Amino acid sequence: MKVALSWLREFVDLPQDISSLVREMDDLGLVIEGVEHVGEGLEQVVIARIDEIRAIEGADRIRHVIVDAGNGPVEIVCGATNFALGDFVPLAPVGAVLPGGFEIALRKMRGVVSNGMLCSGKELGLGDDHSGLMLLTHKPGIAPGQRLIDVLSLESDVVLDISPEGNRPDAWSVVGIARDLAARFQTPLRDPARPGSDTGAMGGARASIQSPELCGALLVAELSGVVVTSSPSTIARRLEMAGMRSINNVVDASNYVMLERGQPTHPYDAAAVAGQHIGVRRAVDGESLETLDGVTRVLGRAGRGWGDTGIDCVITDGNDAVIGIAGVMGGASSEIRDATTNVLLEVAFFDPMTIARTSKRLGLRSEASHRFERGVDFANALTATARFVEILSLSCPDLVWVATQRSEGLLPELPAITVSEQDVERLLGTAIPADEIARILSALHFSVTIHGASVSVTAPASRLDIRSGVAGRADVIEEIARVYGYGRLARRVPTWSQPGGLNVAQRFRRTVRASATGMGWLEAWTPSLISDEDFSVVAPEGTAVRVTNPLASQESIMRTSMLVGLTDAWASNADRGHGEVALFEMGVVATHPSDTSIQRESAGGVGGASRLRLPVETSVLSAVLGREGDDARVAVASVAALAERWGLAEYEVRSAPGLPGWHPTRMAEIIDCGTGTVFGYVGEVDPEVVAQRSTRVIPGQRLGFLQIDLNVLSNTQKVLRRPLLTPVPSRFPSVIFDLSLLAPKLVSASVIQRALRSSSPLVESATLFDTFSGGALSDDIRSVTFAIRLSSDERTLNEDEVLIARGQLLAAAAAAGAELRL
Amino acid sequence: MVDVSLDNLDAVVAQCVGAISDASSLDSLLSLEAEMVGKRSPFTALQKSLGSLSPDERKSAGAQLQAARQRVEEAFATRRTSLAAEHRIAVLEADRLDLGDVVSARVRVPVRAGHPGIISLTQESLEDTFVGMGFVVADGPEIETDWYNFEALNIPPAHPARGMWDTFYLDIGEPETVLLRTHTSPTQIHLMEEAVAQGTLPLHAVMPGRCYRRDTPDARHLASFHQIEGLVVDEGITFADLAGTIETFTRAFFGPDITSRLRPAYFPFTEPSAEFEITCTICRGAGCRTCSQTGWIELGGCGMVDPAVFAAVGIDTDRYSGFAFGFGIDRCAQMRHGIADMRAITENDVRFLELFS
Repeated sequence: MKVALSWLREFVDLPQDISSLVREMDDLGLVIEGVEHVGEGLEQVVIARIDEIRAIEGADRIRHVIVDAGNGPVEIVCGATNFALGDFVPLAPVGAVLPGGFEIALRKMRGVVSNGMLCSGKELGLGDDHSGLMLLTHKPGIAPGQRLIDVLSLESDVVLDISPEGNRPDAWSVVGIARDLAARFQTPLRDPARPGSDTGAMGGARASIQSPELCGALLVAELSGVVVTSSPSTIARRLEMAGMRSINNVVDASNYVMLERGQPTHPYDAAAVAGQHIGVRRAVDGESLETLDGVTRVLGRAGRGWGDTGIDCVITDGNDAVIGIAGVMGGASSEIRDATTNVLLEVAFFDPMTIARTSKRLGLRSEASHRFERGVDFANALTATARFVEILSLSCPDLVWVATQRSEGLLPELPAITVSEQDVERLLGTAIPADEIARILSALHFSVTIHGASVSVTAPASRLDIRSGVAGRADVIEEIARVYGYGRLARRVPTWSQPGGLNVAQRFRRTVRASATGMGWLEAWTPSLISDEDFSVVAPEGTAVRVTNPLASQESIMRTSMLVGLTDAWASNADRGHGEVALFEMGVVATHPSDTSIQRESAGGVGGASRLRLPVETSVLSAVLGREGDDARVAVASVAALAERWGLAEYEVRSAPGLPGWHPTRMAEIIDCGTGTVFGYVGEVDPEVVAQRSTRVIPGQRLGFLQIDLNVLSNTQKVLRRPLLTPVPSRFPSVIFDLSLLAPKLVSASVIQRALRSSSPLVESATLFDTFSGGALSDDIRSVTFAIRLSSDERTLNEDEVLIARGQLLAAAAAAGAELRL
Repeated sequence: MVDVSLDNLDAVVAQCVGAISDASSLDSLLSLEAEMVGKRSPFTALQKSLGSLSPDERKSAGAQLQAARQRVEEAFATRRTSLAAEHRIAVLEADRLDLGDVVSARVRVPVRAGHPGIISLTQESLEDTFVGMGFVVADGPEIETDWYNFEALNIPPAHPARGMWDTFYLDIGEPETVLLRTHTSPTQIHLMEEAVAQGTLPLHAVMPGRCYRRDTPDARHLASFHQIEGLVVDEGITFADLAGTIETFTRAFFGPDITSRLRPAYFPFTEPSAEFEITCTICRGAGCRTCSQTGWIELGGCGMVDPAVFAAVGIDTDRYSGFAFGFGIDRCAQMRHGIADMRAITENDVRFLELFS
């Protein structure tokens, strides 16, 4: 909210130093987003009359103008063309410093000296008009040499752009802000408004509330003798400084009162309101209204989402026809027009939640709805009315406040709360004496009674954000702390006996990240939300976890895999000539509840009363390997290195039918041998996917890919770890020999390897070091060669022992389907 | 190929379709196509000859010819698709590799330093700082319900405060019940519920994680971002403990010359609420463009846990009180490394990724 400092000063004495004022306001939660000095630097600008206009030889964009600014002819070079002889325009003489710091200097253009600058409205900081000079010819009594600030009755002012806390209903008004400042500076709050009083006259209008739960109070003032004209310049200027356009004196008076007192009011042309009757009721389903902005709005229909009941509150006339959406926007039919002479002014309190829902559903946010949805000060409706009359009288000397009609609905109860010194200290950790508490709260217009160390208060109607009960007590203590100053409150470093730390899964995630970077990979961050097209690459049969309201269609589905994201990340680097890279990512992928047997349920819906089935989230590590020579082999070897680092007991890489997006004949599952749990996949990205993603793929480029389920992996019941008790390597020499075996291609080397390892207690290790197929071997057979190490903890092995062990190795190999290659 | 006339159209089509389905490669299909429906094909010749017919005859003959031609072209399309699929299968078969046979010891990869991401790096060092202060670390889901993300945090349905978060909702359940969490705060609710259920209060935890807001990305905001949130629920906890904790963290994480201050703010889930600001890390408090000459930059929000939140999870406010705080991990990273445009973080440019270690 933008407020002129002069307006605030009408209510409270403030320090001269703006920066200290800004600091205090920030500290009160009235955050200052900007400070604008207006009208400054205009003191030297004077009125000049155009006396002569000459062309300048060789120039068609500038002209030589001679003006009189009160002291005889002055030569000026001017680029504007919107003026004629005899016009009056502002002149900034040499030496003047315009708003924004631009200093006018003597200049010479095309041989002509310019002794100043004729100004546009924008150059003077008085509006946005930059199309030509500001023309003042029609100002009554204008003469050369007058000061511009006198002609326009401009005073320099400071506009504060204030961003109050979102829940404060009172701080969206001059009086509310002034009240906070008066409390902080411990100075009195003045109110320039005359207190309102009901004339008691009968009048001819009527006010009625048919839905008391939607409208707590309705006041309709009947005004006659209205002349619709422009506002006095002081009123118009304050509105403009607040960022509102001046429309006419009636609308301006309404806006002025809203800005000053936080009470929106709505003036109707009485002649256009049937029966002079202002009613308030709930909209009937399907009713519609053309609002002031020319749009027809359908009312009374529930929109999307919980809590939108479709209840709208409307203003009706004597025929029960809708003439306004209460608190949001008026109708076009009864707006103030030039011929209006009688006005009905609606001043009301509407149910905040109803206004909030209506304005949200209709997408109509107005200055009025913004205030009504926070709750307006219903105790001051009459004062606001009187203020409106006072302001409008400035331009309508014959204005008569004929009568006031009132109707009552249900108003919120103002909470009564007791706060003790102990309560305050228990929440804030700072002791504040009861009389200080009482002083602060009464300055904020709470009604206050002190009983020893405790204070009983009732919140003012301007503070509907204050709740009742325990929560209300916290609200009141926040008010105390705010005015007291957060900076003055004590600080203490708490201690407790429970230790801090990471849990097993978190520590493991760190190990995973460290081991992934240890592989020479770079950590990437790819979007969690992907496009339909990408989803169909990785989950063509899957059910999408779809965003209802995506920002862009490329980001509308929760990813089920990082394959497309990482492939794209690699491709974007490759396209820049940096494809020599391996990228990894650790993050969450999601599976739709209908695509998984895992149940994830959570409380949801209003009051958390429903059980909702939610997508299952899996934490994964994925990596794309795109360096020269990278492929499925490198990915498998990388898994081996990672498994070592993670301390896995024993796992098997088993070829498996491809997952979507993966290379169908070069991928495998990673399985824990002890439990049979699949905890990841390894292989390559489908070459078709790679080709689609990158514009600069080198033929034969392969992308190794792996994906590890970290939820499963960190569960040591599902993926076994090497035992903690570790045998010390034998100090006796090992016997080392190779074993070349022939095995069907269907039998994985890792199966044979496991068979060999467990064939005899003497086997220290059996490591695959070569495979061979082709040559004389038949198509379905290949040779696998293992390096075998035998050893004993007790002695050097003799030849017989080695022979026996070799026999056991071969028997085990045979059982696995492999035979010795002769 | 025989000449086509209007009399033998069906026979010719049948012959073509037969030849097309016999085509054994994409190359042979291509040459068949030129021969059958190309510029010099009998179909095209017949088309040209129709000019000599009367307008009525031309119309009916043209339609017949077009239909016949279309049948042939459909046959091409079908065969092309199946040949492409066969080709793909053949190529993939030739490429088959039994990954169980990979000899890891034989694999050679280039030696290169890896790098953790700037966000993880920052998150881990934030976690370490808080662990040192006695906090445990807790994780929570990214997909939440309206109850955990809003209502239990004292933001009832249709409450204007929901407008403070631009929320991505999911097409699951009733409208606007399932969503991508807009902050890490729902994890607080899970933690408190668990602690109440298991009788394990007090709680001293920080909760890092990815969150989502329906914001158009710009230099300072991303649609998904990372937050870290802290929660202490214990006996005798006051605002003084909150301010002291924020100060300790600020000095520990940003350095001894960086200090903190609190200013009033509004959050539905805390009362009193505060925004916390720290000494500008760019100018060290002297005033610069980053801090708009104030010497301070806003880091996050905090406050004493609102009684309504305690009520939602069933914590006895006569015995326990608590505070919570939260701020952006991305923003911390941005401030620490002076990153002008946040979007660099999601672009995964190798030249950027290699800068952090």
